[in-house]
Amino acid sequence: MISPQTVDDALDALSDTPVHRLLAGGTDEMVKLNHGAQLRQFETVISLSRIPELSMWTLDTAGRQITIGAAVSWSQLTEAPFVEHVPVLAQAARTVGSPQIRNAGTIGGNVATASPAGDGLCALVALDAMATVRSTRGTRRVRVAELTTGPKRTNLEPDELIVSLDVPLTHGFQGYTKVGVRNAMVISLAGVALVVDDDRQSVSFALGSVGPTILRSPAAETVAANVLFGGTHLGDAMSQLAAAIRKTARPIDDHRSTAAYRRHAVGVLATRLIERALISRGASQ
Amino acid sequence: MTDVIVDERDFELTINGARVPVRGAAPGASLLQVLRDQLQLTGTKGACEEGECGSCSVLVDGVLMCSCLVMAASVTDTAITTIESVARPDGSFSDVQQAFVDCGAVQCGFCTPGLVMAVTDLLNQQPHADRETVREALAGNLCRCTGYGRILAAIDQVISQRAAQ
Repeated sequence: MISPQTVDDALDALSDTPVHRLLAGGTDEMVKLNHGAQLRQFETVISLSRIPELSMWTLDTAGRQITIGAAVSWSQLTEAPFVEHVPVLAQAARTVGSPQIRNAGTIGGNVATASPAGDGLCALVALDAMATVRSTRGTRRVRVAELTTGPKRTNLEPDELIVSLDVPLTHGFQGYTKVGVRNAMVISLAGVALVVDDDRQSVSFALGSVGPTILRSPAAETVAANVLFGGTHLGDAMSQLAAAIRKTARPIDDHRSTAAYRRHAVGVLATRLIERALISRGASQ
Repeated sequence: MTDVIVDERDFELTINGARVPVRGAAPGASLLQVLRDQLQLTGTKGACEEGECGSCSVLVDGVLMCSCLVMAASVTDTAITTIESVARPDGSFSDVQQAFVDCGAVQCGFCTPGLVMAVTDLLNQQPHADRETVREALAGNLCRCTGYGRILAAIDQVISQRAAQ
């Protein structure tokens, strides 16, 4: 096992080892290894746990963004003052697993794993987050939404490492909500992240667990912007909003739920978030 | 800077304050497997091995984690704390352990070591945790016997005992 102590050393290790397995929080990788997967011959484990620069987030007030190291844990994202800066990501983080899981699992791992049910991933897509991806060949900046190409699939090259995620600081309501069989310790059957930008008068909706990747819903975003900024009465727009969300959704039947339930639930979650946005606006005026 | 290279079969861990050699571990073995199979520290229980049940909870550098999800060779430079260190040096129970006994919070006992680790960690950090905080903090520790009522009663006992001291 190689445990690099800097990102540059990690990139060298990725480039030097033809067969490797990246280990961050271990909350997905170790499950595979515990349940029968074995390290291949000559496979090198590269552990990211000793790289301080990956495990912190930094606030750039002038640039109005936060840069989150890829190995920042869910627990770190649920602590003050991060919660006030990016509520949607903090809320998503708080719904992940249990305290034990949140202490270990990382935001970069959530992106690289690219599960359509990824709670952090859903929040990042709603935020239009940018990933910084590095290898010894260079650095590229890519929208998180474009990094994930399908269920558990990304366009990351084997020698590339997600180093950090840039998230904009915005004024306006943010929220994440999901449904599952319990309040805790649950993989979402459907999830929705909402980010309202009061300055740009824009709204973004990201939908989790209802497609091969996290989906944005431009049609629902237009309806929601009309409600929040155009004075459309919510009562009139509610069914329109749910319909637009459900039209965007492309859910499947699987062992966790049915496509029909997911399609229904995702519409309910989206309208619930818009109601919360209106309530928070009423409270702040 | 140089990489830290760890031989995945033979390495050392720091467990409950002692430096302990590990010999002949399986490559990629979890901390849980090494604790139980290599080091015979069988107080830590293994059940789901996917982070769902919390029975394997330990502290890694003071942070509560499922030892089944920690690759043993990745934590050679950390301080690991297991259930074996919770009792007092004279062998008597800690207040958390005693409260579990007093309140009947132990039935089959399989979840108990993980719960004692989680409760000990929680009450060290938040001595006055309210009921909602406790419930959220224990969401990752499954007990299929007690229905949790007596576990919550044991926690209430510890909170009030410590507050009275």
